[in-house]
Amino acid sequence: MHNFELVKPTTIADAVQALSGEDAQPLGGGQTLIPTMKQRLAAPARLVSTLGIAEMQGVCTDDHGRICIGGATTHASVTAETASTFPGLSGLAAKIGDPAVRNRGTIGGSVANNDPAACYPAACLATGATIVTDKREIAADDFFQGMFATPLEEGELITEIKFPVPQASNYQKFEQPASRFALVGVFVARFGDGVRVGVTGASEDGVFRWSAAEEALSGNFSAEAVSGLSLPAEGMIGDLHGSPDYRAHLVKVLTGRAVTAAS
Amino acid sequence: MTNVSMTVNGKSVSGEVEGRTLLVEFLREGLGLTGTHVGCDTSQCGACVVHVDGKAVKACTMFAAEAEGAEVKTIEGMAIADGSLGTIQQAFQDYHGLQCGFCTPGMVMSAAALLADNPRPSEAEVRSYLEGNLCRCTGYHNIVKAIMAASGQSVEPVAAE
Amino acid sequence: MPKDSGIGASTKRREDVRFLTGRGRYTDDINLRGQAYVHFLRSDVAHGTLKGVDTSAAEAMPGVIRIFTGADFEGVGGLPCGWQITDRQGNPMQEPPHPVLAQGKVRHVGDPIAAVVADSFEEARDAAEAIEVDIEELPAVVDMKAALADGAPKVHDDLSSNLCYDWGFVEDNRQAVDDAIKGAHHVTTLELVNQRLAPNAMEPRVAIGDYAGHNDESTLYTTSQNPHVIRLLMGAFVLGIPEHKLRVIAPDVGGGFGSKIFHYAEEAFCTFAAKQLKRPVKWTSTRTEAFMSDAQGRDHVTKVELALDAEGNFLAYRTDTLANMGAYLSTFSTSVPTWLHGTLAAGNYKTPLIYVNVKAVFTNTVPVDAYRGAGRPEATYQLERVIDKAAREMGIDPVELRRRNFITEFPYATPVAVEYDTGDYAATLDKALEIADWDSFDKRAEESAKKGLWRGRGINTYIEACGIAPSALVGQLGARAGLYESATVRVNATGGLVVMTGSHSHGQGHETAFPQVIAEMIGIDANMVEIVHGDTANTPMGMGTYGSRSIAVGGSAMVRATEKIIAKAKKIAAHLMEASDADIELKDGAFTVAGTDKSVAWGDVTLAAYVPHNYPLEDIEPGLEETAFYDPSNFTYPAGAYICEVEVDPETGKVTVDRFAAADDFGNVINPMIVEGQVHGGLAQGLGQALLENCVYDENGQLLSATYMDYAMPRADDLPSYRVDHSCQTPCTHNPLGVKGCGEAGAIGSPPAVVNAVVDALQRGGKDITHIDMPLSPGRVWAAMNV
Repeated sequence: MHNFELVKPTTIADAVQALSGEDAQPLGGGQTLIPTMKQRLAAPARLVSTLGIAEMQGVCTDDHGRICIGGATTHASVTAETASTFPGLSGLAAKIGDPAVRNRGTIGGSVANNDPAACYPAACLATGATIVTDKREIAADDFFQGMFATPLEEGELITEIKFPVPQASNYQKFEQPASRFALVGVFVARFGDGVRVGVTGASEDGVFRWSAAEEALSGNFSAEAVSGLSLPAEGMIGDLHGSPDYRAHLVKVLTGRAVTAAS
Repeated sequence: MTNVSMTVNGKSVSGEVEGRTLLVEFLREGLGLTGTHVGCDTSQCGACVVHVDGKAVKACTMFAAEAEGAEVKTIEGMAIADGSLGTIQQAFQDYHGLQCGFCTPGMVMSAAALLADNPRPSEAEVRSYLEGNLCRCTGYHNIVKAIMAASGQSVEPVAAE
Repeated sequence: MPKDSGIGASTKRREDVRFLTGRGRYTDDINLRGQAYVHFLRSDVAHGTLKGVDTSAAEAMPGVIRIFTGADFEGVGGLPCGWQITDRQGNPMQEPPHPVLAQGKVRHVGDPIAAVVADSFEEARDAAEAIEVDIEELPAVVDMKAALADGAPKVHDDLSSNLCYDWGFVEDNRQAVDDAIKGAHHVTTLELVNQRLAPNAMEPRVAIGDYAGHNDESTLYTTSQNPHVIRLLMGAFVLGIPEHKLRVIAPDVGGGFGSKIFHYAEEAFCTFAAKQLKRPVKWTSTRTEAFMSDAQGRDHVTKVELALDAEGNFLAYRTDTLANMGAYLSTFSTSVPTWLHGTLAAGNYKTPLIYVNVKAVFTNTVPVDAYRGAGRPEATYQLERVIDKAAREMGIDPVELRRRNFITEFPYATPVAVEYDTGDYAATLDKALEIADWDSFDKRAEESAKKGLWRGRGINTYIEACGIAPSALVGQLGARAGLYESATVRVNATGGLVVMTGSHSHGQGHETAFPQVIAEMIGIDANMVEIVHGDTANTPMGMGTYGSRSIAVGGSAMVRATEKIIAKAKKIAAHLMEASDADIELKDGAFTVAGTDKSVAWGDVTLAAYVPHNYPLEDIEPGLEETAFYDPSNFTYPAGAYICEVEVDPETGKVTVDRFAAADDFGNVINPMIVEGQVHGGLAQGLGQALLENCVYDENGQLLSATYMDYAMPRADDLPSYRVDHSCQTPCTHNPLGVKGCGEAGAIGSPPAVVNAVVDALQRGGKDITHIDMPLSPGRVWAAMNV
């Protein structure tokens, strides 16, 4: 990979300062970024590591009952620390990558990257999470703008993500057999005022909410409620692992399974 | 170049690294600890798994400078003090859990991390935990068996005539 | 009572200790003083005319020592193909040149264009980005049928077409087979793809060239299964270095599976550049590079026809195959779809008439060559899939249909030119049915149904030809090499032995298994025997390890050399005990005179050989060291029966292998633990092929599955624990150990069992599906169910 300067701040303020330099980029666990740099598909001049920033680590609950997760919290920590408070999210984090990857990779890094097959974006959308940066708060519905596209500006750092906790939730991941990313992943979240469904891996526009299913499930939270629905294959991803038809079909199957598991 | 210091297998070490120097490169080239291997460039094969501050990580997907001040353990540090094989290592030999040996260091380090978290895993838990470690020789059968045996659970003995 | 030493003992592997403590010495662990690093700039287009390579900016980059291009290799030889195929008309195959660095054209993504040698790997890679390459892209041929069409773009302009050869076997049977198929009661046909695979030894390839100016000697450290073969091919055909000035060392090698048999451009480059630059030059492949530079495997498209009479007896069998060679002929590429494939078309069955046609095709893809099984998995897959389909069509139980057609008398000469020496196919079939709990399938199927899953079972019997093999025969068939094996057994003065073998271990455990044989022969502790391999400077010329040949051919050479040692030692013992040679017996490490209580220990005799104070110098020389070259009279024919049970999720198409049983006949077994480990590994690769793995190129010749992000390697949680058995043993009749070889069996026998099982599950689920091409990924299975 190209060489760069590695900076390891211990406060958000120092990180933001370091990120103001040209071609500077935050580094979480690097589990996606480092392989990308090895392929020379990314060549930042400066990497600003977030793993040493204490105020970006860990999980807490805010005054609105939201689960707030520091941007530099690893998947393994999310798994452990949300197991009783938000099992749907804990289960999602436990399925990301493999154990060694989960010990390094961070929620902020994953969300910032907005990989169309990443898991966390499905949970963010399905819960209506808030993505907090050093500059502002962004609603999940506004944050995921298509494959790898987000409103994050150059040098903007995700410091925290706040998840409203659903009454019931579940994430179903059907793995792409090689990468073990989501071929399709569906996060179903049931709140007092309705149901939200976040779908990852499937669409050429990246993670999305399946509104027809949300409507059906808000009236009847059962697998049968979605069995009669169909999702158009148009706009779904087609690749060597699955056709658009197959992905559209899986969205429905996994949504039903997530509902059953959450019920 | 910056200087990096860490503890590797109980010894304090330091060396000059670039920003881009990976932990695995520092271990292999800087310290001559060539037991940690590199089998891919997409962070999937796990031949490079080491422990950093007690946690299994892929040394090919972490910069050496990120391990500043850390406790690092590699396959070279897994034998017991008198030099004989540790429990997991011995189980790998006893149950033929390795063939070419290339993935083995990562397998042993992952197995050690698993057993530290989960001292009596089921077969399914072992297989699931090894998701990030590829082996092309053994078909995993005997690796799984070795890890089960290392956890003190009874397994079928090796074949005999 | 299990044996605890010698032949048949599950002796723990001595090599494990170094591998388990990080003390293995793989090629990439070697760093020579002053070494430079090379990075290859590779083509990113599949086909193009190379109009210019401007290295001037790159040469000025930091750390750059020199940049080589194809022009530097004019006058240097190309990479040779080791096997010439003669086509149906008696003409030699079309054989294009294969330069070390591309000259004139690039022919696949990954074809090396330039080599940057620098002080560090990263500097070499940085500089490679500054090389300006002017390529005029040409249309690529990827699909084999398209490559053979009139007017298709030619991969090699100087050849008449993209057809390497059109091979018929046995050509004289062509008409008779056609007649038999036309007149048969029933003909089952099937078109299938044996998809392209990437071998993926976990250790990527590495080469380090070194040159000693004072004695003009070149040394190559390389990740090879056969260092002597590399020395011969590179020395004689590429670089023009005589063997005594070229040393090839293959130290610990992290798996091969065929992919490390071949002589590669990077090996020749590093050796060449080290001499030019007078400093060591090292190349370490990345995995991404491996996907575009390691020879790949399989890639056959075949039409199969099986003719049967009303009782289900096989009457005739015909296959028509397109075999992808890729862009160049890799070392043994041409032999794989022909002699390693056509000769196995009989399988375990007494089909009287067989005809195999193979058209080998050049395409703008990575070269294809032997990968675990090499030709035999393809042959087995075709036959065992079509038999399963025939059984279904004719309403005959698939087990019964196989049994009805088994060869039962040995030796048996097949209509495809080989003679099976021994076997008992019913025995392995019965054993497989037993260990698979075949009869209680219905109960398991009910349990699956409760979970909403469809259970199916598939059976497969296979035979393979191992221990490749008689030099005279392979010479007639076009091999440009002998296929014997060698061993030197050196006995030291105090009785310990060193065996220098031409076989090479890259996971097979030779360091443990080979001494078990000698320990048994002499009656000493196996720890008195050390194995040396992998270095042309201290092993006799040998052909290396592939084709499950190490114990059958290399082990036999070691036995022959040890027999010479024992014969000589008996003479020494006879002298020491003042007896006749003929009366000397060797048992438990001691020589005795038959019918007396006279005895001398092994160590006394070995000492006498080196301290010949009291010694028959008039009859024999001092010392105790013997070499043998063993050239077998036939292949060996391991065989077996495999049974797979799967669960298919009808909602998602996901296939889970729930059970897998393998009963093999490997003849005699030296170390059962190692043998079972070989089967496990083969099974995993076969299950990987059946369910997961696939090299996919797009129409422009770009490899879409170019990293582990898209090439699905089998992981621990993709696979079951296996039930394996090797208790059915019909020893090989023509080698001294009665062994047959076990390395490839699992990869050969498992894919058809899996596909048969999935088709069975789908049929039981009410889907009239008779075939799905591998890999049976969820998406493919679902698509087949929802057409």
